[in-house]
Amino acid sequence: MTSPLGLYIHWPYCARICPYCDFNVYRARGAESAPLVAAMLADLKAWRERLGPRRLVSLHFGGGTPSLMEPEDIARIIAAADDLFGLVAGAEIGLEANPMEVARFAGIKAAGVERLSIGIQALNDHDLNVLGRDHGRAAAIKAVETAQSLFERVSADFIYARPGQSLRDWQGEWQEALSWGLGHYSCYQLTYEPGTAFTKKAERGAIVPADDDLTADMFTLTQDLGAAHGLAAYEISNHARGDDQRSRHNQLYWTGADWIGIGPGAHSRWGRPLYGGRQGASAVLTPGGYIKGPSQTFEAVTALEDAQERILMGLRLKEGLNRASLRAATGHDVDPEALARFIAQKLLIDQDETVRLTPQGRLYADRLAMELAPAGD
Amino acid sequence: MTTDPKRIRNFSIVAHIDHGKSTLADRLIQTTGGLSAREMKEQVLDSMELERERGITIKAQTVRLDYTAQDGEHYVLNLIDTPGHVDFAYEVNRSLFACEGSLLVVDAAQGVEAQTLANVYQAIEVDHEIVPVLNKIDLPAAEPERVKAQIEDVIGIDASDAVEISAKTGLNIDQVLEAIVKRLPPPEAGDPNAPLKALLVDSWYDTYLGVICLVRIYEGTLRKGMKVRLMGAKASYGVDGVGVFRPTKESVDSLGPGELGFLNASIKQVRDARVGDTVTEEKRPTDKPLPGFKPAQPVVFCGMFPVDAADFEDMRDAVERLALNDASFSYEMETSAALGFGFRCGFLGLLHLEVIRERLEREYDVDLITTAPSVVYELTMTDGSMQELHNPADMPDVVKIDEIAEPWIKATILVPDEYLGAVLKLCEDRRGIQQELTYAGSRAMLVYELPLNEVVFDFYDRLKSVTKGYASFDYQFIDHRAGDLVKMSILVNDEPVDALSMIVHRARAQGRGRAMCEKLKDLIPRHMFKIPIQAAIGGKVIARETLSAMRKDVTAKCYGGDATRKRKLLDKQKAGKKRMRQFGKVEIPQEAFIAALKMDDD
Repeated sequence: MTSPLGLYIHWPYCARICPYCDFNVYRARGAESAPLVAAMLADLKAWRERLGPRRLVSLHFGGGTPSLMEPEDIARIIAAADDLFGLVAGAEIGLEANPMEVARFAGIKAAGVERLSIGIQALNDHDLNVLGRDHGRAAAIKAVETAQSLFERVSADFIYARPGQSLRDWQGEWQEALSWGLGHYSCYQLTYEPGTAFTKKAERGAIVPADDDLTADMFTLTQDLGAAHGLAAYEISNHARGDDQRSRHNQLYWTGADWIGIGPGAHSRWGRPLYGGRQGASAVLTPGGYIKGPSQTFEAVTALEDAQERILMGLRLKEGLNRASLRAATGHDVDPEALARFIAQKLLIDQDETVRLTPQGRLYADRLAMELAPAGD
Repeated sequence: MTTDPKRIRNFSIVAHIDHGKSTLADRLIQTTGGLSAREMKEQVLDSMELERERGITIKAQTVRLDYTAQDGEHYVLNLIDTPGHVDFAYEVNRSLFACEGSLLVVDAAQGVEAQTLANVYQAIEVDHEIVPVLNKIDLPAAEPERVKAQIEDVIGIDASDAVEISAKTGLNIDQVLEAIVKRLPPPEAGDPNAPLKALLVDSWYDTYLGVICLVRIYEGTLRKGMKVRLMGAKASYGVDGVGVFRPTKESVDSLGPGELGFLNASIKQVRDARVGDTVTEEKRPTDKPLPGFKPAQPVVFCGMFPVDAADFEDMRDAVERLALNDASFSYEMETSAALGFGFRCGFLGLLHLEVIRERLEREYDVDLITTAPSVVYELTMTDGSMQELHNPADMPDVVKIDEIAEPWIKATILVPDEYLGAVLKLCEDRRGIQQELTYAGSRAMLVYELPLNEVVFDFYDRLKSVTKGYASFDYQFIDHRAGDLVKMSILVNDEPVDALSMIVHRARAQGRGRAMCEKLKDLIPRHMFKIPIQAAIGGKVIARETLSAMRKDVTAKCYGGDATRKRKLLDKQKAGKKRMRQFGKVEIPQEAFIAALKMDDD
């Protein structure tokens, strides 16, 4: 029995680098896309040889800014994936888009993409400017309208807990976003990652991060308001109107399925520790290096490590983490003492061998995962 | 071949830290040819790494200098370098006892400091002849006339013929040597053929030779191969070697009356060679042993625990080895709910504590947590019995205690005028009783009686900070006095934390309790629930803070590429959890204890 397999395509270029972003991204200035696409195709071929015959349930173009890709390059990659692996009927093909590339949306659809997630981030010009985005409110709304007219499945990404943002500000914005009636929203709390321009500014005191109490209130508001509009969170930061609107690709990550990645720095995971072993891989990090030779670095993922990852990821889902599946895959279970304690604290429920976070528990997902995960020696 | 006592001068140097004692000693060694310039390491006498680094002397050291004076005679000058710090007053005392005179070194720019005073009074007490030496005379800020006047005013000795030198440049070092010969008395000429009578001045452990004893001969002659008896310890040893320091060890055949040198005799432990003991011959013991010294008593205690419980055995080994070489350091096993297994250790004072702590960490590579220093309390129980209390955690039930007495000290503080107000306030805040307030030039000399309890807390740091480092401070013990002392407990989420309990004066309890609660509030990480932090005396809460609950702990984004990173973070958190100490439902990181115990009260 094999797990479903997804393909992630990392397009590392951006028109400009956002000051809060710590992803593997590079300025697009003068970047040559043809050699990168060629390297990706070679990498994909190597994956086919490595994995043998498998079918793909999803393709996801992420980045960076994959909406900067030429539609024909998108089409070539989709075609190559279908040739080499074969896509299952109704496979998800998603792409992350920047509002400024609205003129390309039709071409992107024509290339075969059926789900578009748009990086809206904020709905007022001031905050968009603070976030270092190249679009304004008008462009954001235009992009959503255009996407809605073209795609069956559209998602909008938001960032909340921005410097100076109040609970009311976010409530108003979130409410407006929900009124668009999209099938999917991702709402991320702004975090200050090491090495980013925002972190340096915060250390200097040039910007003041939202405090713990406010971000907790914003998180709860996001959950409650989403649910009230029929878009209950199916993952910590992801809201969908019904199962069809969910990101099937991202669910592969959260359920410990298999995925392979192409493009600079892309990660992969496949196999099960107790059935021939689970493997991890990461591609050469820089576009220059990747173009020269799209090689992968491999590591064995031990049963314990896989169990830790499954707990970290699985707890984030509305469906929770199935302990029987966890044991079958890894031979490990959650820590019984921590489990009992968190049940008593009403942070978790354990029903039919499935551990789910309560709304209160969601606020502490990381802490709970840390304590539930089995430890090494 | 022993030296004629008339040609011997035994002397020590009394100085405040930084006034140039070690530089002068080096210069004397160099000038008399003990070591060539090439062989000179900076300040050879401070041989411990730590001593060199901190510019302090802990163990007494000695060096024998050969000097041909202007009168054409050859002299043997024995310098005993003494520790300057009050914690080691006992070692200073016995070192001074073994000489006949002292050089009083005073910085010609800075003048007399508190430490100078304490040490010079000790020298006067043992009838030393004293030669004042003004050092750093080459500095533009030097004011020799003012400092001479100050020496006469404050110390009360004639400074008109003080030797003005620069130890750094070597200026007038020859005059110091001449002054030693001309102005200091020779030792009493004992009978070299009488039964051996020698004072055990100091002892330390040498990896190759076992315990080395520094001895001063009064009567008789010490020879290699002789069988000697330590009269106090009632133990006999064959003398394997006799020698002197130049400053490196050099064997000699014998040591006669008035001479200083060492012997080694396969003594296993420093404890067996008690300082102050009389060394005599096994076959022909002297009938008049020397008066000896009372052993130094530890006055400051604290708990020391390994940061990693797994290091306990290493720590035990290190503590045992340290104690081998330091008879004034005491230890016993202690168990703390907060900190696990460790030791309750006794020290001569705060510097001694600091030195031992640093040596354990540096030389023996053990990471330590040190609990708040505590003094020795004398408890009079209701049944009339007496008890000593070294650890607040051991405090008996208050209903069984009739009275608690705490040690008091007499502190001497010298401070520039402008900071006098701040120092007075500090002393008053610490329950001080003013004894004297006098002026010497633009500096005030304050004498205060203070409870030691208030001094060990953070008095040095506060004094330094309120005077920008310009005050100098020294103290000596007076007695134990009854006081309104109470045990203050710290409760975190209603659980007492033993390592944080302390004995305080009732009047100071609330301030300290509040400070501790505030500090802990910042140090304990937030939990998923709110945590009350309280200070209490018995059942009565005197200060309270509430640590609010952590509202959330959840990552916003978690996708494929995050799996490895998140898992590594989880490993790190799990490792961090191991360094946490559990108190009921609350986890307190060890770092919090360390920081809480290093508290100041502003």
